[in-house]
Amino acid sequence: MEKRVTFKGWLLPMLLLAPQLIVSGVFFFYPAGEAVWQSLFIPDPFGLSMQYVGLGNFEYLFNDPYYRASFVTTAVFSTLVTLVSMIPALFLAVLADRLVKGAGTYRTLLIWPYAVAPAVAGVLWLFMFNTRIGVVAFYLNQMGYDWNHVLNEHEAMGLVVVASAWGRISYNFLFYFAALQAVPKSVIEAAAIDGARFWRRFFTIVLPLLSPTTFFLLVVNIVYAFFETFGVIHTITSGGPQQATTILVYKVYADGFVGQDLGSSAAQSVVLLVVVGFLTVLQFKFVEKRVHY
Amino acid sequence: MADMHNEPPPGMVEKRGSGLWLTHVLMIVGVLVIFFPIWLAFVASTHTQQEIAQAPMPVMPGSHLIQNYSDALFSGVNVPVATMLVNSLVMALGIALGKIAISLLSAFAIVYFRFPGRRFFFWMIFITLMLPVEVRIVPTYEVVAGFGMLNSYSGLILPLIASATATFLFRQFFLTVPDELAEAARVDGARPMRFFFDILLPMSRTNIAALFVILFIYGWNQYLWPLLITTNPEMNTIVMGLKQMFPSGDDIADWPVIMATSILAMIPPVIVVISMQKLFIRGLVDSEK
Amino acid sequence: MATVELENIKKRFGKTEVLHGVSIDIQDGEFIVIVGPSGCGKSTLLRMVAGLESISEGEIRIGEARVNEREPMDRDIAMVFQNYALYPHMSVRQNMGYGLKIAGMAKSEIKRRVDEAAKLLQLSDYLERKPRELSGGQRQRVAMGRAIVREPSVFLFDEPLSNLDAKLRVQMRVEIRELQRKLGVTALYVTHDQVEAMTMADRMIVMNGGVAEQIGTPLEVYERPVTIFAAQFIGSPSMNVIDAEVRAGQVMLGHVTLGPTDLPDRPVSLGIRPEHLHPDDNGPLTLNVTLSEPLGANTLLHGTLEGRGEAMTAALPGVHMEKQAVEQVRLSVNAEDLHLFDPKTGQRLN
Repeated sequence: MEKRVTFKGWLLPMLLLAPQLIVSGVFFFYPAGEAVWQSLFIPDPFGLSMQYVGLGNFEYLFNDPYYRASFVTTAVFSTLVTLVSMIPALFLAVLADRLVKGAGTYRTLLIWPYAVAPAVAGVLWLFMFNTRIGVVAFYLNQMGYDWNHVLNEHEAMGLVVVASAWGRISYNFLFYFAALQAVPKSVIEAAAIDGARFWRRFFTIVLPLLSPTTFFLLVVNIVYAFFETFGVIHTITSGGPQQATTILVYKVYADGFVGQDLGSSAAQSVVLLVVVGFLTVLQFKFVEKRVHY
Repeated sequence: MADMHNEPPPGMVEKRGSGLWLTHVLMIVGVLVIFFPIWLAFVASTHTQQEIAQAPMPVMPGSHLIQNYSDALFSGVNVPVATMLVNSLVMALGIALGKIAISLLSAFAIVYFRFPGRRFFFWMIFITLMLPVEVRIVPTYEVVAGFGMLNSYSGLILPLIASATATFLFRQFFLTVPDELAEAARVDGARPMRFFFDILLPMSRTNIAALFVILFIYGWNQYLWPLLITTNPEMNTIVMGLKQMFPSGDDIADWPVIMATSILAMIPPVIVVISMQKLFIRGLVDSEK
Repeated sequence: MATVELENIKKRFGKTEVLHGVSIDIQDGEFIVIVGPSGCGKSTLLRMVAGLESISEGEIRIGEARVNEREPMDRDIAMVFQNYALYPHMSVRQNMGYGLKIAGMAKSEIKRRVDEAAKLLQLSDYLERKPRELSGGQRQRVAMGRAIVREPSVFLFDEPLSNLDAKLRVQMRVEIRELQRKLGVTALYVTHDQVEAMTMADRMIVMNGGVAEQIGTPLEVYERPVTIFAAQFIGSPSMNVIDAEVRAGQVMLGHVTLGPTDLPDRPVSLGIRPEHLHPDDNGPLTLNVTLSEPLGANTLLHGTLEGRGEAMTAALPGVHMEKQAVEQVRLSVNAEDLHLFDPKTGQRLN
């Protein structure tokens, strides 16, 4: 889609573009290029010179069992976050959609967690499950379950998943609620007249109509789980125990800033870049269908 | 987007009797579960350390609200929380306003002008949609350090406005503005910038406000970036400073103050979201689709 | 107040030429309607006069001065757009005064002009409202008002009535014409509606495929269309055109003789307006009626010609009752109402 009317000249538009181009160039293209460049080198032990190693960093990376484990961890983590955030959201949205009155109030309350930063969410959940004073941990203990996410890998994973998914429920709820409200009531009524009961209507008619929203949320939530959950991991587990919650983004940070292994960190950045690229293409395949531009 | 405030028309199927009550009950349970962590944090922020450490901690608010919050705000752990709040506010506003300003200008240039390289620049900006700052942290950190922008507001803000989401959004919006308005403005004698300020900007008000809400929260909730570039506690933002309040080693955390800080950290974005709920939902749906 | 001259105007988008050279001299105060089907180039032509499209070739003069290179605001024109193009965030007063404000006119003078135009257009009570609070007809008037306050030499209208309902369209048609007469401003008016063209124009330009097929007064175009296209586009229902021939000074439809002509023997396309077919028990044409549409004042009979099969429509005055399922009606036509065109070029022959 193009504008029929345009203004003449090239100097003014260039001036208008300049701020964005400068900021993008300095803080985006240059660093991104640098990441690609650095991924091809290994610094010597004293950090004085760089040695070109081609794809050596990548080779090393994919032979590194910890990195491969991190891939698996990320896959498990993002799958779980997506499921744990989408299913309750859909359920709540269906409930809210059934209410003629009060849906707005519930929505207002449900939006809250979205505004809570992932790192703050991490602290809240850490507080509830703290092995020493956490309320939930205490009651689990009372029931005979010895909760210790500091030592137990599965419990650690479970906790970061729930803490990450929590705020996301709000987000998914809003989209599902909007989508449900947009389902033409005549379709539902027609199905009701055909004799379909509520849940049958839901699974045979409503859910298929929601599939564009579902697909969109799947992609968006995976992107979220990949890149925006750093704060949760860092506050709750710091990637532990035994790297059980070290997702890819956390590993870039840990290797680059804590481990000071720049070559490997850069190579990891490039791998992530490819992952984001893939997810973005996926997202835009979807966007194209919804928005004409 | 679908207007979420549409009341469903009367005569919808299955909306009465016991089903309705069950729906309300389930909904309330859902809201309580979702809300529980926030409630617990609030409760903890009103008790003393002893009361909290004594498991199980109480579930109703205590009497130390004012003391805990004033402790947090004016002494904190490493730095008064009030300082961190100011830093967060500057960062969130800087990101939101900065991004909106540069995106409005560049979207205007791309949509309303034909000039050599227009497509190239569009794609260049478009590509930046793809890369969250998390992916390029090390080199970006080096650039910022090279400019001497560590521990500075510009270092906190600038790298995070280098993405095209807002530009893309405004471009989409400008494309929906009828061509005839620009033509009418031309016949009326408006030159490009006049058209921009008199017509386009006022027409974009809702979009700008919606985007502001989204970007404010995005900026406020940043964690990794401030963690990297603010080594000086005076420059900590509240969201990253929260983690810094935990003691290293085996010392016992000052939970009441930490929880008070958590609550303080979520109040501004919650206020923004709740008070601008309609705009927020609109911005959310617009910016993601 | 000014003359407008278009001299061999051409427009190319890339390599495609969409206007193939249009020329017309418009008198001061004249109301010119550019009419044609969508895609014929009529809006492009108007937009070139406005300065919203560049001119690929030819020259446009307003008030005898070449304006090809001038910005719209420097051409002394005002334009009314199809969708009104009102600024949604401005009040009616601000909308009407915006151009004057940009021109740096004194506030008091802007107020005076806007108030005056509003009075003329019966908008005085709505000056502080936003466009979305107005009805379609009121928005249309605001768009007119915005054009009037500029006191331009030329009004340009781009299908200004196409978004209104039928009744309002008739009313606004009259209002626009009266206003233009009162102000004496030269006007160019684009429409696809031949009724608007017939009723409003001093002269009309019938356009098709980037060419001005005919330029003339409404009656000229109606009575003596110079091409088949103009003949069929103007007039409702549209003119019947069938294959015929000239033999020995007579227009012949098969063996039926319709009237004399001074053309030599040759095949022709014969045009007969439906309203020129008269019921006549001895008429040369027999219509097998398949459908009749009573319109009150007259009745349309659709059918095929007996013995030939071509479709034809006749408009007969008054109510014409169908007497049987397949009715045959005999018709005649006056020799001066026969329009003869070249079947290949579509140009008028007689």
